[in-house]
Amino acid sequence: MKHIISTLVQNKPGVLAHVAGMFAARAFNIDSLAVGRTDDPGLSRMTIVVIGDDKVVEQVRKQLAKIIDVVKIQDFSGKEVIARDLMLMNVCTPPEKRAEVLALVEMFKAKVVDIGQKFVMVEFSASEDKIESFIDACRPYGIKNMVRTGTVAMARLSQATGGEE
Amino acid sequence: MKKLSSADNSTQSTSTLPIKSGAEIIVATLIEQGVETMFGYPGGVALPLFDKLYDAPINFIIPRHEQGGCHMADGYARASGKTGVVLTTSGPGACNLVTGLATAMMDSVPLVALTAQVRTDLIGNDAFQEADTTGITRPITKHNMIIKDIKDLQRSIREAFYIASTGRPGPVLIDIPVDIEVAKYQMQPLGEINLPGYKPQEKGHHRQIKMAAEMINKSERPVLYAGGGVITDNASEELREFAKKANLPVTMTLLGLGCFDQRQPHSLDMLGMHGTAYANFAVQECDLMIAVGARFDDRVTGKLKTFAPNAKFIHIDIDPSSISKNINVNIPVVGSAKYTLGELTKEVEYKERKAWFDKIADWKKRYPLRYDAKSTNIKPQYVIEQICEATKSEAIIVTGVGQHQMWTAQFYKHIKPRHFLTSGGLGTMGYGLPAAIGAQIAMPGATVIDIDGDSSFNMTMNELCTAVQYELPIKVCIINNGYMGMVRQWQQLFYGKRYSKSSLRNPEFAAVAQAFGAVGITVEKKSEVKSAIAKMLAEKRPCLVDFKVEREENVWPMVATGKSLHEMDGLDIFDSMA
Repeated sequence: MKHIISTLVQNKPGVLAHVAGMFAARAFNIDSLAVGRTDDPGLSRMTIVVIGDDKVVEQVRKQLAKIIDVVKIQDFSGKEVIARDLMLMNVCTPPEKRAEVLALVEMFKAKVVDIGQKFVMVEFSASEDKIESFIDACRPYGIKNMVRTGTVAMARLSQATGGEE
Repeated sequence: MKKLSSADNSTQSTSTLPIKSGAEIIVATLIEQGVETMFGYPGGVALPLFDKLYDAPINFIIPRHEQGGCHMADGYARASGKTGVVLTTSGPGACNLVTGLATAMMDSVPLVALTAQVRTDLIGNDAFQEADTTGITRPITKHNMIIKDIKDLQRSIREAFYIASTGRPGPVLIDIPVDIEVAKYQMQPLGEINLPGYKPQEKGHHRQIKMAAEMINKSERPVLYAGGGVITDNASEELREFAKKANLPVTMTLLGLGCFDQRQPHSLDMLGMHGTAYANFAVQECDLMIAVGARFDDRVTGKLKTFAPNAKFIHIDIDPSSISKNINVNIPVVGSAKYTLGELTKEVEYKERKAWFDKIADWKKRYPLRYDAKSTNIKPQYVIEQICEATKSEAIIVTGVGQHQMWTAQFYKHIKPRHFLTSGGLGTMGYGLPAAIGAQIAMPGATVIDIDGDSSFNMTMNELCTAVQYELPIKVCIINNGYMGMVRQWQQLFYGKRYSKSSLRNPEFAAVAQAFGAVGITVEKKSEVKSAIAKMLAEKRPCLVDFKVEREENVWPMVATGKSLHEMDGLDIFDSMA
């Protein structure tokens, strides 16, 4: 099962290596990891998607908490959250198929950010499921290449205090 | 947050504080943190700091190898309860700390390691004696950091001492580039430590403690299982009071030995792979296990699925990640051993539990630790018993790793905390001699004995020079069977006696000791054991006694890997010796 864990960490060199190294050393399974700045320049947020049962995720939380530079941990399991991935993808668009692809982009509320002779680059930010559906829908036309961020997530404001440590 | 000074420094003008070099700031901060003794080895980029140590009021011990220095700081910390400090140069100096740091990490020993680093502008360029010290040591330290701005130096050293010594203690490493050692900055006043991601929870939750007490009061067959955390937290007194008031039998892990007087009838001694039969049977039949400062290590539990199958579990630990890691716990209490045991004692009631104690007494009678005492050969267990008798259990005992370590755990009666120093978690051969040196420096008046194996001793015996140089009256007793004994035992039991690469040709250890300037004695007859020990104890110089013991003696009982605790081998061997 996938669990989204959101952690605030001190914005210092080596923290990412420490977190990633801990996951490797303890044989935890990371599905994705997204790191970025926050409104506080001293803090970064890491959103980690972990695969495992509740027992594994409990250990993940505890081991993260043990790292001195990890300031706060939220486990979003069972919480109402908004979770998004960002994807950029070059889809093959021979002239006779271009209209179909653009219709798909429209349908999924994705965005065309670059157009070439044989490809269009699509930007799509959505939940993981939706992105997977979009990829499936584009596959028949040919995917030249794609890149995805890991999941980032936030609890709905009414529940934002739940699950914090 | 912790207030480090009683004076309110916020109003103190910083302009009155002097400007100093990084090296001077390091020395001043070490002194401020109460460092009287440190261990270390000089080298290129550490020279500015060593220059400031030339006339600093710090007792500086130079080992023969940085690994030895790290184990010395570890032994110093375990014996005294203070934070050990070790200093090395960059690259090879820092790399040589690795085994020592990992040893301290596994056994929760407070250490601060300072490593010098190449110039900031050379980092990443494969400079001479450059190594990625923080990268290498990250998984084997509680915390580490590299100082790239002189402004962070003094605060970081203070934080290092705070992190190393609080919560679940451990080693903290600070990597300091040489340009930071020579840069100038103003000394900073002592302020509050502000680490938003580090707030150890000392006080156990009252409701959890109350629930635990109720469970204990109801229990008919409880076992108190005490680990190294009790000793680390100086909670032996609280443990004794608790066990006495609630009337509980006490078993200890290897690192817990000494927290409960083994001469007391309530002591079940050590449990686990080479624990006593009565401890292991009691664990398997108990209805409640109260773990304090212990972590259900695989050498303790044997096969997890069938470990204490009828028991409920209360787990008291300062480290939340130790709780419900291996064993699912009914009542977790995150808190220090000292505080929690104190509170728990107030809540528990005395209960007689006659049937349970009768059963334990019966196991103790049927399966005491035994060896063939009538043998005319020197039995290793006999040597250890004689050392115990001659020192009246009062010595600080340090060991290497292997058979001799297990026999020392079994046959030396441990009665005091911080008197049995051994590498339990990592199992570091070669720990014994340097750790004994560190312990002797911490406790100059104590009798410190390294009971070592021949192979363990071989790994770090160069530190005998250090003992001679600093005129330390340490004793080394080598339980010399000419094998890597534990490896040989496993090869005998599980690999059809194919003793693959487990025997080395040893030097004459007594002659080696003499060459180093220590006293060396060889004992080849059982009749000479007692007099050799007496001579060793009277000796003021470092003294080594090489006991040529029975070569293929085994450690019994033994729970083989994958077996349950009650499935011990060797009990029938006990019967034949009865």
